[in-house]
Amino acid sequence: MTALKATMAGTVFTVNAAVGEEVTAGQVIIVLESMKMEIPIEAETAGKVATINVQVGDFVNEEDVLATIEA
Amino acid sequence: MTKATEQTAYNEKLEAKLQEVFAGGHPKYHEKLKEQNKLFVRDRLELLFDEGEYTEDGRFANCEAGDLPADGVVTAMGKVNGQTVCVMANDSTVKAGSWGARTVEKIIRIQEIAEKNRVPMLYLVDSAGARITDQLDMFPNRRGAGKIFHNQVRLSGFIPQICVLFGPSAAGGAYIPAFCDIVIMVEGNASMYLGSPRMAEKVIGEKVTLEEMGGARMHCSVSGCGDVLAANEEEAIAEARRYLAFFPANFTEKPALKETVEAKVGRTLEAIIPENQNAPFDMYEAIDALIDEGSYFDVKKLFAGEIITGLARIEGQPVGIIANQPKVKGGVLFVDSADKATKFITLCDAFSIPLLFLADVPGFMIGTKVERAGIIRHGAKLIMAMSSATVPKISVIVRKAYGAGLYAMAGPAFEPDVCIALPTAQIAVMGPEAAVNAVYSNKIEAIEDPKERIAFVQEKHKEYKEEIDIYKMASELIIDEIVAPSSLRSVLADRYRFYSTKDVPQPPRKHPVYPV
Repeated sequence: MTALKATMAGTVFTVNAAVGEEVTAGQVIIVLESMKMEIPIEAETAGKVATINVQVGDFVNEEDVLATIEA
Repeated sequence: MTKATEQTAYNEKLEAKLQEVFAGGHPKYHEKLKEQNKLFVRDRLELLFDEGEYTEDGRFANCEAGDLPADGVVTAMGKVNGQTVCVMANDSTVKAGSWGARTVEKIIRIQEIAEKNRVPMLYLVDSAGARITDQLDMFPNRRGAGKIFHNQVRLSGFIPQICVLFGPSAAGGAYIPAFCDIVIMVEGNASMYLGSPRMAEKVIGEKVTLEEMGGARMHCSVSGCGDVLAANEEEAIAEARRYLAFFPANFTEKPALKETVEAKVGRTLEAIIPENQNAPFDMYEAIDALIDEGSYFDVKKLFAGEIITGLARIEGQPVGIIANQPKVKGGVLFVDSADKATKFITLCDAFSIPLLFLADVPGFMIGTKVERAGIIRHGAKLIMAMSSATVPKISVIVRKAYGAGLYAMAGPAFEPDVCIALPTAQIAVMGPEAAVNAVYSNKIEAIEDPKERIAFVQEKHKEYKEEIDIYKMASELIIDEIVAPSSLRSVLADRYRFYSTKDVPQPPRKHPVYPV
Protein backbone atom coordinates (compact mmCIF):
# COMPACT_ATOMS: atom_id res chain seq x y z
CA MET A 1 0.00 0.00 0.00
CA THR A 2 1.51 3.35 -0.94
CA ALA A 3 0.31 6.66 0.42
CA LEU A 4 -0.24 9.60 -1.89
CA LYS A 5 0.80 12.67 0.07
CA ALA A 6 0.26 16.39 -0.41
CA THR A 7 3.53 17.96 -1.61
CA MET A 8 2.49 21.32 -0.18
CA ALA A 9 -0.34 22.98 1.73
CA GLY A 10 -3.41 23.91 -0.34
CA THR A 11 -7.00 23.04 -1.15
CA VAL A 12 -8.20 20.07 -3.15
CA PHE A 13 -9.04 21.35 -6.64
CA THR A 14 -10.06 18.12 -8.42
CA VAL A 15 -10.14 14.40 -7.62
CA ASN A 16 -9.41 12.52 -10.83
CA ALA A 17 -9.74 8.87 -9.78
CA ALA A 18 -12.26 6.77 -7.84
CA VAL A 19 -11.82 4.01 -5.27
CA GLY A 20 -11.26 0.68 -7.05
CA GLU A 21 -9.89 2.29 -10.21
CA GLU A 22 -6.68 0.87 -11.74
CA VAL A 23 -4.11 3.64 -12.15
CA THR A 24 -0.67 3.81 -13.76
CA ALA A 25 2.55 5.25 -12.37
CA GLY A 26 2.71 8.97 -13.11
CA GLN A 27 -1.06 9.31 -13.48
CA VAL A 28 -2.46 12.48 -11.91
CA ILE A 29 -4.81 11.34 -9.13
CA ILE A 30 -5.52 14.61 -7.37
CA VAL A 31 -4.91 18.25 -8.25
CA LEU A 32 -4.37 20.72 -5.43
CA GLU A 33 -4.71 24.46 -5.72
CA SER A 34 -2.10 26.40 -3.81
CA MET A 35 -0.64 29.87 -4.20
CA LYS A 36 -3.04 30.18 -7.19
CA MET A 37 -1.19 27.32 -8.92
CA GLU A 38 -2.46 23.91 -9.92
CA ILE A 39 -0.37 21.27 -8.18
CA PRO A 40 -0.77 17.81 -9.74
CA ILE A 41 -0.31 14.87 -7.36
CA GLU A 42 0.76 11.79 -9.30
CA ALA A 43 0.68 8.08 -8.41
CA GLU A 44 4.23 6.90 -7.73
CA THR A 45 3.42 3.30 -8.62
CA ALA A 46 0.77 1.51 -10.65
CA GLY A 47 -2.05 -0.17 -8.74
CA LYS A 48 -5.63 0.06 -7.57
CA VAL A 49 -6.95 3.07 -5.67
CA ALA A 50 -7.75 1.77 -2.16
CA THR A 51 -8.92 4.97 -0.49
CA ILE A 52 -9.53 8.58 -1.38
CA ASN A 53 -9.29 10.57 1.84
CA VAL A 54 -10.24 14.05 0.65
CA GLN A 55 -13.00 15.95 -1.12
CA VAL A 56 -12.87 18.91 -3.45
CA GLY A 57 -12.44 22.08 -1.36
CA ASP A 58 -10.74 20.42 1.62
CA PHE A 59 -7.69 22.16 3.08
CA VAL A 60 -4.70 19.83 3.30
CA ASN A 61 -1.30 20.40 4.83
CA GLU A 62 2.04 19.26 3.44
CA GLU A 63 2.54 15.51 3.98
CA ASP A 64 -1.19 14.80 4.58
CA VAL A 65 -2.21 11.47 3.03
CA LEU A 66 -4.67 12.23 0.21
CA ALA A 67 -5.23 8.68 -1.07
CA THR A 68 -3.75 5.21 -0.88
CA ILE A 69 -2.90 2.87 -3.73
CA GLU A 70 -2.68 -0.92 -3.52
CA ALA A 71 0.04 -2.47 -5.62
CA MET B 1 80.51 -4.82 -1.15
CA THR B 2 81.46 -2.86 -4.21
CA LYS B 3 79.93 0.52 -4.82
CA ALA B 4 77.82 -0.86 -7.69
CA THR B 5 76.25 -3.67 -5.68
CA GLU B 6 75.65 -1.27 -2.79
CA GLN B 7 73.75 0.99 -5.17
CA THR B 8 71.73 -1.96 -6.43
CA ALA B 9 70.85 -2.93 -2.86
CA TYR B 10 69.62 0.60 -2.14
CA ASN B 11 67.53 0.60 -5.27
CA GLU B 12 66.07 -2.80 -4.49
CA LYS B 13 65.05 -1.64 -1.03
CA LEU B 14 63.39 1.45 -2.50
CA GLU B 15 61.59 -0.65 -5.09
CA ALA B 16 60.41 -3.11 -2.44
CA LYS B 17 59.15 -0.28 -0.20
CA LEU B 18 57.37 1.33 -3.14
CA GLN B 19 55.67 -1.95 -4.00
CA GLU B 20 54.41 -2.18 -0.41
CA VAL B 21 53.00 1.33 -0.67
CA PHE B 22 51.34 0.75 -4.04
CA ALA B 23 49.78 -2.52 -2.87
CA GLY B 24 47.69 -0.81 -0.18
CA GLY B 25 46.15 -2.91 2.61
CA HIS B 26 45.87 -6.67 3.08
CA PRO B 27 44.52 -8.67 0.07
CA LYS B 28 41.38 -9.59 2.04
CA TYR B 29 40.41 -5.90 2.08
CA HIS B 30 40.92 -5.72 -1.67
CA GLU B 31 38.53 -8.68 -1.97
CA LYS B 32 36.02 -6.76 0.14
CA LEU B 33 36.27 -3.78 -2.23
CA LYS B 34 35.29 -6.03 -5.14
CA GLU B 35 32.29 -7.36 -3.22
CA GLN B 36 31.16 -3.79 -2.59
CA ASN B 37 31.64 -2.73 -6.24
CA LYS B 38 34.32 -0.31 -5.09
CA LEU B 39 37.61 0.54 -6.77
CA PHE B 40 41.04 0.62 -5.13
CA VAL B 41 42.16 4.17 -4.36
CA ARG B 42 44.93 4.12 -7.01
CA ASP B 43 42.46 2.94 -9.67
CA ARG B 44 40.20 5.85 -8.75
CA LEU B 45 43.11 8.25 -9.20
CA GLU B 46 43.97 6.78 -12.59
CA LEU B 47 40.39 7.39 -13.73
CA LEU B 48 40.41 10.93 -12.35
CA PHE B 49 43.65 12.25 -13.81
CA ASP B 50 44.42 12.93 -17.48
CA GLU B 51 46.41 9.93 -18.78
CA GLY B 52 46.07 8.46 -15.26
CA GLU B 53 49.26 10.23 -14.15
CA TYR B 54 49.95 11.94 -10.83
CA THR B 55 52.76 13.10 -8.56
CA GLU B 56 52.56 11.97 -4.97
CA ASP B 57 53.82 13.31 -1.64
CA GLY B 58 54.37 11.54 1.67
CA ARG B 59 53.85 8.11 0.23
CA PHE B 60 56.27 6.58 2.74
CA ALA B 61 54.17 7.90 5.61
CA ASN B 62 54.13 5.26 8.35
CA CYS B 63 56.09 2.86 6.12
CA GLU B 64 57.81 1.45 9.20
CA ALA B 65 54.51 0.32 10.72
CA GLY B 66 54.13 -2.50 8.22
CA ASP B 67 50.36 -2.51 7.86
CA LEU B 68 49.73 1.18 7.22
CA PRO B 69 50.95 1.94 3.69
CA ALA B 70 50.83 5.69 2.94
CA ASP B 71 49.02 5.88 6.30
CA GLY B 72 45.75 5.24 4.48
CA VAL B 73 45.64 8.33 2.30
CA VAL B 74 47.11 9.22 -1.09
CA THR B 75 47.87 12.92 -1.59
CA ALA B 76 48.83 13.98 -5.07
CA MET B 77 48.93 16.62 -7.79
CA GLY B 78 47.93 15.91 -11.37
CA LYS B 79 45.94 17.28 -14.30
CA VAL B 80 42.21 17.16 -14.88
CA ASN B 81 41.03 18.49 -18.29
CA GLY B 82 44.53 19.90 -18.66
CA GLN B 83 44.23 21.90 -15.43
CA THR B 84 46.40 21.21 -12.34
CA VAL B 85 44.53 20.02 -9.24
CA CYS B 86 45.44 18.70 -5.79
CA VAL B 87 43.83 15.56 -4.41
CA MET B 88 43.52 13.67 -1.17
CA ALA B 89 42.12 10.14 -1.49
CA ASN B 90 41.42 7.75 1.38
CA ASP B 91 42.51 4.13 1.02
CA SER B 92 39.78 2.05 2.65
CA THR B 93 41.96 -1.10 2.45
CA VAL B 94 44.17 0.47 5.14
CA LYS B 95 42.38 0.41 8.49
CA ALA B 96 39.09 1.29 6.72
CA GLY B 97 40.59 4.57 5.53
CA SER B 98 40.73 5.85 9.09
CA TRP B 99 42.79 8.88 10.09
CA GLY B 100 46.01 8.65 12.08
CA ALA B 101 48.44 11.47 12.83
CA ARG B 102 50.28 11.21 9.50
CA THR B 103 47.03 10.84 7.53
CA VAL B 104 45.89 14.17 8.93
CA GLU B 105 49.29 15.82 8.36
CA LYS B 106 49.28 14.67 4.73
CA ILE B 107 45.79 16.06 4.14
CA ILE B 108 46.76 19.39 5.72
CA ARG B 109 49.91 19.58 3.57
CA ILE B 110 48.11 18.92 0.28
CA GLN B 111 45.60 21.63 1.19
CA GLU B 112 48.53 24.01 1.79
CA ILE B 113 49.98 23.05 -1.60
CA ALA B 114 46.61 23.75 -3.25
CA GLU B 115 46.50 27.15 -1.53
CA LYS B 116 50.05 28.16 -2.50
CA ASN B 117 49.59 27.05 -6.11
CA ARG B 118 46.04 28.40 -6.29
CA VAL B 119 44.59 25.23 -7.82
CA PRO B 120 41.38 23.24 -7.10
CA MET B 121 41.36 20.76 -4.22
CA LEU B 122 39.55 17.42 -4.56
CA TYR B 123 38.64 15.18 -1.64
CA LEU B 124 38.03 11.52 -2.60
CA VAL B 125 36.52 10.32 0.65
CA ASP B 126 36.10 6.73 1.87
CA SER B 127 36.92 6.75 5.58
CA ALA B 128 35.70 5.28 8.86
CA GLY B 129 36.87 8.42 10.69
CA ALA B 130 39.47 8.95 13.41
CA ARG B 131 41.64 6.13 14.78
CA ILE B 132 40.46 6.34 18.37
CA THR B 133 43.73 4.73 19.55
CA ASP B 134 45.67 7.65 18.01
CA GLN B 135 43.40 10.45 19.14
CA LEU B 136 45.98 12.40 21.14
CA ASP B 137 48.16 12.66 18.03
CA MET B 138 45.49 13.63 15.53
CA PHE B 139 42.34 15.00 17.10
CA PRO B 140 42.76 18.06 19.33
CA ASN B 141 46.12 19.60 18.31
CA ARG B 142 46.94 22.66 16.26
CA ARG B 143 47.66 20.51 13.24
CA GLY B 144 45.02 17.90 14.13
CA ALA B 145 41.90 17.04 12.14
CA GLY B 146 40.24 20.33 13.05
CA LYS B 147 42.91 22.07 10.97
CA ILE B 148 41.63 20.27 7.86
CA PHE B 149 38.25 21.93 8.32
CA HIS B 150 39.85 25.26 9.21
CA ASN B 151 41.80 25.07 5.95
CA GLN B 152 38.66 24.14 4.01
CA VAL B 153 36.95 27.24 5.35
CA ARG B 154 39.96 29.43 4.43
CA LEU B 155 40.01 27.91 0.94
CA SER B 156 36.27 28.25 0.36
CA GLY B 157 35.74 30.65 -2.54
CA PHE B 158 39.53 30.90 -3.03
CA ILE B 159 39.88 27.68 -5.01
CA PRO B 160 37.17 25.19 -6.06
CA GLN B 161 36.78 22.36 -3.53
CA ILE B 162 35.09 19.17 -4.68
CA CYS B 163 34.15 16.08 -2.70
CA VAL B 164 33.54 12.69 -4.28
CA LEU B 165 32.18 10.32 -1.67
CA PHE B 166 32.71 6.61 -2.33
CA GLY B 167 32.12 5.18 1.13
CA PRO B 168 31.47 6.41 4.63
CA SER B 169 32.29 9.88 5.85
CA ALA B 170 31.62 9.48 9.51
CA ALA B 171 31.32 11.78 12.51
CA GLY B 172 33.83 14.67 12.22
CA GLY B 173 34.83 13.39 8.79
CA ALA B 174 31.36 14.30 7.56
CA TYR B 175 32.46 17.93 7.63
CA ILE B 176 34.83 17.43 4.70
CA PRO B 177 31.91 17.16 2.27
CA ALA B 178 29.99 19.80 4.19
CA PHE B 179 32.66 22.45 3.49
CA CYS B 180 33.08 21.54 -0.18
CA ASP B 181 31.44 23.44 -3.05
CA ILE B 182 29.89 20.24 -4.33
CA VAL B 183 29.41 16.67 -3.10
CA ILE B 184 29.09 13.77 -5.55
CA MET B 185 27.86 10.58 -3.86
CA VAL B 186 27.91 6.98 -5.12
CA GLU B 187 24.52 5.35 -4.58
CA GLY B 188 24.58 2.34 -2.27
CA ASN B 189 28.09 2.93 -0.88
CA ALA B 190 28.47 6.58 0.03
CA SER B 191 27.16 7.75 3.37
CA MET B 192 27.51 10.65 5.77
CA TYR B 193 26.45 10.78 9.36
CA LEU B 194 27.54 12.26 12.68
CA GLY B 195 26.45 9.17 14.61
CA SER B 196 26.23 5.69 13.08
CA PRO B 197 23.01 3.65 13.36
CA ARG B 198 24.73 1.57 16.05
CA MET B 199 25.55 4.67 18.04
CA ALA B 200 22.04 6.06 17.54
CA GLU B 201 20.54 2.89 18.96
CA LYS B 202 22.81 3.00 21.99
CA VAL B 203 22.59 6.69 22.74
CA ILE B 204 19.06 7.72 21.77
CA GLY B 205 17.34 4.36 21.27
CA GLU B 206 16.57 4.87 17.56
CA LYS B 207 16.59 1.79 15.30
CA VAL B 208 17.43 2.74 11.74
CA THR B 209 19.35 1.45 8.70
CA LEU B 210 22.53 3.09 7.41
CA GLU B 211 20.76 4.05 4.18
CA GLU B 212 17.93 5.78 6.09
CA MET B 213 20.36 7.48 8.43
CA GLY B 214 22.86 8.82 5.94
CA GLY B 215 22.71 7.08 2.58
CA ALA B 216 23.58 8.77 -0.70
CA ARG B 217 19.99 8.92 -1.95
CA MET B 218 18.73 10.32 1.35
CA HIS B 219 21.36 13.08 1.34
CA CYS B 220 20.79 13.94 -2.32
CA SER B 221 16.99 14.07 -2.03
CA VAL B 222 16.06 14.85 1.60
CA SER B 223 18.85 16.55 3.60
CA GLY B 224 20.43 18.43 0.70
CA CYS B 225 23.94 17.52 1.94
CA GLY B 226 24.63 15.72 -1.36
CA ASP B 227 24.51 17.40 -4.78
CA VAL B 228 24.93 14.67 -7.38
CA LEU B 229 23.84 11.03 -7.05
CA ALA B 230 26.05 8.75 -9.17
CA ALA B 231 25.15 5.17 -10.06
CA ASN B 232 28.74 3.91 -9.64
CA GLU B 233 32.31 5.08 -9.04
CA GLU B 234 33.19 5.53 -12.71
CA GLU B 235 30.20 7.81 -13.19
CA ALA B 236 31.06 9.76 -10.02
CA ILE B 237 34.60 10.43 -11.24
CA ALA B 238 33.41 11.35 -14.74
CA GLU B 239 30.94 13.82 -13.21
CA ALA B 240 33.72 15.39 -11.11
CA ARG B 241 35.78 15.90 -14.28
CA ARG B 242 32.78 17.38 -16.12
CA TYR B 243 32.02 19.72 -13.20
CA LEU B 244 35.62 20.96 -12.99
CA ALA B 245 35.56 21.98 -16.66
CA PHE B 246 33.22 24.85 -15.72
CA PHE B 247 35.64 26.32 -13.19
CA PRO B 248 38.78 28.44 -13.25
CA ALA B 249 41.76 27.32 -11.11
CA ASN B 250 40.99 29.99 -8.50
CA PHE B 251 38.88 33.09 -7.86
CA THR B 252 41.28 35.47 -9.65
CA GLU B 253 40.82 33.71 -12.97
CA LYS B 254 37.86 33.40 -15.33
CA PRO B 255 36.29 30.14 -16.44
CA ALA B 256 37.28 28.86 -19.87
CA LEU B 257 35.14 29.52 -22.95
CA LYS B 258 34.34 26.69 -25.32
CA GLU B 259 33.14 26.32 -28.88
CA THR B 260 29.46 27.06 -29.47
CA VAL B 261 27.21 24.03 -29.69
CA GLU B 262 23.70 24.57 -31.08
CA ALA B 263 20.76 24.15 -28.71
CA LYS B 264 18.95 20.83 -28.69
CA VAL B 265 16.38 20.52 -31.44
CA GLY B 266 12.97 20.53 -29.78
CA ARG B 267 9.80 22.50 -29.20
CA THR B 268 10.08 26.29 -29.24
CA LEU B 269 9.73 28.34 -26.06
CA GLU B 270 6.41 29.63 -27.46
CA ALA B 271 5.13 26.04 -27.57
CA ILE B 272 6.58 25.07 -24.19
CA ILE B 273 5.24 27.96 -22.10
CA PRO B 274 1.43 27.78 -21.57
CA GLU B 275 -0.54 31.03 -21.71
CA ASN B 276 -2.52 30.15 -18.58
CA GLN B 277 -0.29 31.51 -15.80
CA ASN B 278 -1.56 28.83 -13.39
CA ALA B 279 -0.86 25.78 -15.56
CA PRO B 280 2.39 23.89 -14.94
CA PHE B 281 5.06 23.24 -17.57
CA ASP B 282 8.54 21.69 -17.50
CA MET B 283 11.21 24.37 -17.09
CA TYR B 284 13.92 21.85 -18.06
CA GLU B 285 12.49 21.83 -21.58
CA ALA B 286 12.75 25.63 -21.68
CA ILE B 287 16.36 25.46 -20.45
CA ASP B 288 17.19 22.99 -23.23
CA ALA B 289 15.97 25.53 -25.77
CA LEU B 290 18.42 28.14 -24.40
CA ILE B 291 21.68 26.28 -23.76
CA ASP B 292 24.34 24.48 -25.80
CA GLU B 293 23.22 20.87 -26.21
CA GLY B 294 24.95 18.48 -23.83
CA SER B 295 26.44 21.25 -21.68
CA TYR B 296 24.07 20.95 -18.73
CA PHE B 297 25.33 19.95 -15.26
CA ASP B 298 22.51 19.67 -12.73
CA VAL B 299 23.28 20.58 -9.11
CA LYS B 300 20.93 19.11 -6.47
CA LYS B 301 18.58 17.66 -9.09
CA LEU B 302 16.76 15.47 -6.55
CA PHE B 303 16.49 18.11 -3.82
CA ALA B 304 13.94 20.95 -3.68
CA GLY B 305 12.84 20.34 -7.27
CA GLU B 306 10.69 23.50 -7.28
CA ILE B 307 13.87 25.41 -8.08
CA ILE B 308 16.42 24.29 -10.66
CA THR B 309 20.12 25.09 -10.22
CA GLY B 310 22.59 24.01 -12.87
CA LEU B 311 25.70 24.90 -14.81
CA ALA B 312 25.50 25.18 -18.58
CA ARG B 313 26.94 26.99 -21.58
CA ILE B 314 25.31 29.50 -23.90
CA GLU B 315 27.28 29.88 -27.12
CA GLY B 316 30.27 28.44 -25.27
CA GLN B 317 30.05 30.81 -22.28
CA PRO B 318 29.52 29.22 -18.87
CA VAL B 319 26.43 30.30 -16.93
CA GLY B 320 24.85 29.30 -13.64
CA ILE B 321 21.10 28.92 -14.09
CA ILE B 322 18.59 29.49 -11.30
CA ALA B 323 15.12 28.67 -12.59
CA ASN B 324 11.73 28.16 -10.99
CA GLN B 325 10.16 24.81 -11.89
CA PRO B 326 6.37 25.27 -12.20
CA LYS B 327 5.98 21.51 -12.57
CA VAL B 328 7.07 20.91 -8.96
CA LYS B 329 5.08 22.52 -6.14
CA GLY B 330 3.98 25.19 -8.62
CA GLY B 331 7.50 26.67 -8.59
CA VAL B 332 6.76 28.22 -5.19
CA LEU B 333 9.83 29.03 -3.05
CA PHE B 334 10.26 27.05 0.19
CA VAL B 335 12.88 26.84 2.92
CA ASP B 336 14.83 24.15 1.03
CA SER B 337 14.58 25.96 -2.31
CA ALA B 338 16.09 29.04 -0.66
CA ASP B 339 18.96 26.94 0.75
CA LYS B 340 19.61 25.32 -2.62
CA ALA B 341 19.64 28.55 -4.59
CA THR B 342 21.73 30.40 -1.98
CA LYS B 343 24.60 27.95 -2.10
CA PHE B 344 24.52 27.78 -5.88
CA ILE B 345 24.57 31.57 -6.29
CA THR B 346 27.52 31.96 -3.91
CA LEU B 347 29.33 29.15 -5.77
CA CYS B 348 28.94 30.81 -9.17
CA ASP B 349 29.70 34.30 -7.86
CA ALA B 350 32.89 33.08 -6.13
CA PHE B 351 34.33 31.74 -9.38
CA SER B 352 33.15 34.33 -11.92
CA ILE B 353 30.42 32.23 -13.49
CA PRO B 354 27.67 34.61 -14.75
CA LEU B 355 24.14 34.05 -13.45
CA LEU B 356 20.91 33.55 -15.37
CA PHE B 357 17.62 33.76 -13.48
CA LEU B 358 14.56 32.31 -15.21
CA ALA B 359 11.56 33.50 -13.23
CA ASP B 360 8.14 31.90 -13.14
CA VAL B 361 7.34 32.20 -9.48
CA PRO B 362 4.11 32.68 -7.54
CA GLY B 363 6.15 33.82 -4.52
CA PHE B 364 7.39 32.37 -1.27
CA MET B 365 5.16 29.74 0.33
CA ILE B 366 2.81 30.90 3.07
CA GLY B 367 1.09 29.04 5.93
CA THR B 368 1.97 27.94 9.45
CA LYS B 369 4.22 25.11 8.37
CA VAL B 370 6.73 27.31 6.56
CA GLU B 371 6.46 30.27 8.94
CA ARG B 372 7.43 28.01 11.82
CA ALA B 373 10.34 26.72 9.76
CA GLY B 374 11.60 30.29 9.39
CA ILE B 375 10.80 30.94 5.74
CA ILE B 376 11.39 34.66 6.30
CA ARG B 377 15.03 34.23 7.33
CA HIS B 378 15.61 31.58 4.65
CA GLY B 379 14.15 33.91 2.04
CA ALA B 380 16.33 36.73 3.37
CA LYS B 381 19.38 34.50 3.02
CA LEU B 382 18.57 33.83 -0.65
CA ILE B 383 17.93 37.50 -1.34
CA MET B 384 21.22 38.43 0.36
CA ALA B 385 23.20 35.95 -1.75
CA MET B 386 21.54 37.04 -5.00
CA SER B 387 21.86 40.72 -4.09
CA SER B 388 25.56 40.40 -3.16
CA ALA B 389 26.50 38.58 -6.36
CA THR B 390 28.57 40.84 -8.61
CA VAL B 391 29.08 38.52 -11.58
CA PRO B 392 27.07 39.36 -14.72
CA LYS B 393 23.49 38.75 -13.64
CA ILE B 394 20.59 38.51 -16.07
CA SER B 395 17.00 38.22 -14.92
CA VAL B 396 14.47 36.84 -17.40
CA ILE B 397 10.80 37.05 -16.41
CA VAL B 398 9.46 34.01 -18.24
CA ARG B 399 5.92 34.17 -16.93
CA LYS B 400 4.79 35.38 -13.55
CA ALA B 401 6.99 36.99 -10.92
CA TYR B 402 4.87 37.79 -7.91
CA GLY B 403 5.75 39.37 -4.60
CA ALA B 404 9.10 38.60 -3.03
CA GLY B 405 9.51 35.97 -5.76
CA LEU B 406 10.43 38.85 -8.10
CA TYR B 407 13.03 40.00 -5.59
CA ALA B 408 14.53 36.53 -5.08
CA MET B 409 14.87 36.05 -8.84
CA ALA B 410 17.05 39.15 -9.29
CA GLY B 411 14.25 41.60 -9.98
CA PRO B 412 15.03 45.18 -11.11
CA ALA B 413 15.91 46.51 -7.63
CA PHE B 414 18.77 44.04 -7.21
CA GLU B 415 20.95 45.45 -9.95
CA PRO B 416 20.70 42.74 -12.57
CA ASP B 417 22.67 43.86 -15.61
CA VAL B 418 19.41 43.61 -17.47
CA CYS B 419 15.87 42.55 -16.62
CA ILE B 420 14.33 40.97 -19.72
CA ALA B 421 10.66 40.05 -20.02
CA LEU B 422 9.15 37.56 -22.41
CA PRO B 423 5.81 38.76 -23.83
CA THR B 424 4.12 36.29 -21.43
CA ALA B 425 5.63 38.00 -18.36
CA GLN B 426 3.48 39.24 -15.52
CA ILE B 427 5.08 41.22 -12.70
CA ALA B 428 3.02 42.13 -9.65
CA VAL B 429 2.74 42.07 -5.88
CA MET B 430 0.28 39.22 -6.42
CA GLY B 431 -1.71 37.56 -9.22
CA PRO B 432 -4.93 39.15 -10.54
CA GLU B 433 -7.29 36.78 -8.67
CA ALA B 434 -5.62 37.28 -5.31
CA ALA B 435 -5.25 41.02 -5.81
CA VAL B 436 -8.90 41.60 -6.72
CA ASN B 437 -9.99 39.51 -3.75
CA ALA B 438 -7.66 41.41 -1.44
CA VAL B 439 -8.83 44.84 -2.52
CA TYR B 440 -12.54 44.27 -3.23
CA SER B 441 -13.60 41.32 -1.06
CA ASN B 442 -16.16 43.35 0.94
CA LYS B 443 -17.56 44.91 -2.20
CA ILE B 444 -17.76 41.55 -4.00
CA GLU B 445 -19.62 39.96 -1.10
CA ALA B 446 -22.08 42.86 -0.96
CA ILE B 447 -23.22 42.31 -4.56
CA GLU B 448 -26.26 40.02 -4.30
CA ASP B 449 -26.93 39.22 -7.95
CA PRO B 450 -24.47 36.44 -8.97
CA LYS B 451 -24.26 37.64 -12.59
CA GLU B 452 -23.55 41.17 -11.51
CA ARG B 453 -20.92 39.87 -9.08
CA ILE B 454 -19.12 37.89 -11.78
CA ALA B 455 -19.24 40.88 -14.12
CA PHE B 456 -17.76 43.11 -11.41
CA VAL B 457 -14.92 40.67 -10.68
CA GLN B 458 -14.16 40.27 -14.39
CA GLU B 459 -14.07 44.03 -14.85
CA LYS B 460 -11.62 44.40 -11.93
CA HIS B 461 -9.45 41.58 -13.31
CA LYS B 462 -9.28 43.39 -16.61
CA GLU B 463 -8.31 46.66 -14.93
CA TYR B 464 -5.67 44.90 -12.88
CA LYS B 465 -4.18 43.18 -15.90
CA GLU B 466 -3.95 46.53 -17.68
CA GLU B 467 -2.22 47.95 -14.62
CA ILE B 468 0.46 45.24 -14.72
CA ASP B 469 0.69 45.05 -18.52
CA ILE B 470 4.22 44.25 -19.55
CA TYR B 471 4.40 47.14 -22.05
CA LYS B 472 3.36 49.52 -19.32
CA MET B 473 6.22 48.10 -17.20
CA ALA B 474 8.61 48.60 -20.11
CA SER B 475 7.29 52.11 -20.72
CA GLU B 476 8.01 52.97 -17.08
CA LEU B 477 11.54 51.50 -17.48
CA ILE B 478 10.78 48.92 -14.78
CA ILE B 479 11.95 46.23 -17.13
CA ASP B 480 14.68 46.95 -19.65
CA GLU B 481 13.69 44.85 -22.62
CA ILE B 482 10.93 42.66 -24.04
CA VAL B 483 12.26 39.82 -26.16
CA ALA B 484 10.57 37.29 -28.44
CA PRO B 485 11.14 33.80 -27.01
CA SER B 486 12.68 32.63 -30.28
CA SER B 487 15.51 35.18 -30.00
CA LEU B 488 16.16 34.81 -26.24
CA ARG B 489 19.15 32.47 -26.63
CA SER B 490 21.09 34.78 -28.94
CA VAL B 491 20.09 37.87 -26.91
CA LEU B 492 21.52 36.22 -23.77
CA ALA B 493 24.71 35.14 -25.52
CA ASP B 494 25.33 38.68 -26.83
CA ARG B 495 24.70 40.25 -23.46
CA TYR B 496 26.98 37.87 -21.56
CA ARG B 497 29.73 38.76 -24.05
CA PHE B 498 29.12 42.48 -23.43
CA TYR B 499 29.16 42.05 -19.65
CA SER B 500 32.32 39.94 -19.60
CA THR B 501 34.41 42.92 -18.40
CA LYS B 502 32.04 43.70 -15.52
CA ASP B 503 34.00 44.53 -12.37
CA VAL B 504 32.13 45.83 -9.34
CA PRO B 505 34.04 46.78 -6.20
CA GLN B 506 32.78 45.32 -2.93
CA PRO B 507 31.51 47.73 -0.28
CA PRO B 508 34.23 48.55 2.29
CA ARG B 509 33.41 46.25 5.16
CA LYS B 510 34.54 42.92 6.56
CA HIS B 511 31.49 40.86 5.58
CA PRO B 512 27.72 41.13 5.87
CA VAL B 513 25.89 39.55 8.80
CA TYR B 514 24.35 36.43 7.26
CA PRO B 515 20.60 36.16 7.96
CA VAL B 516 20.68 32.43 8.67
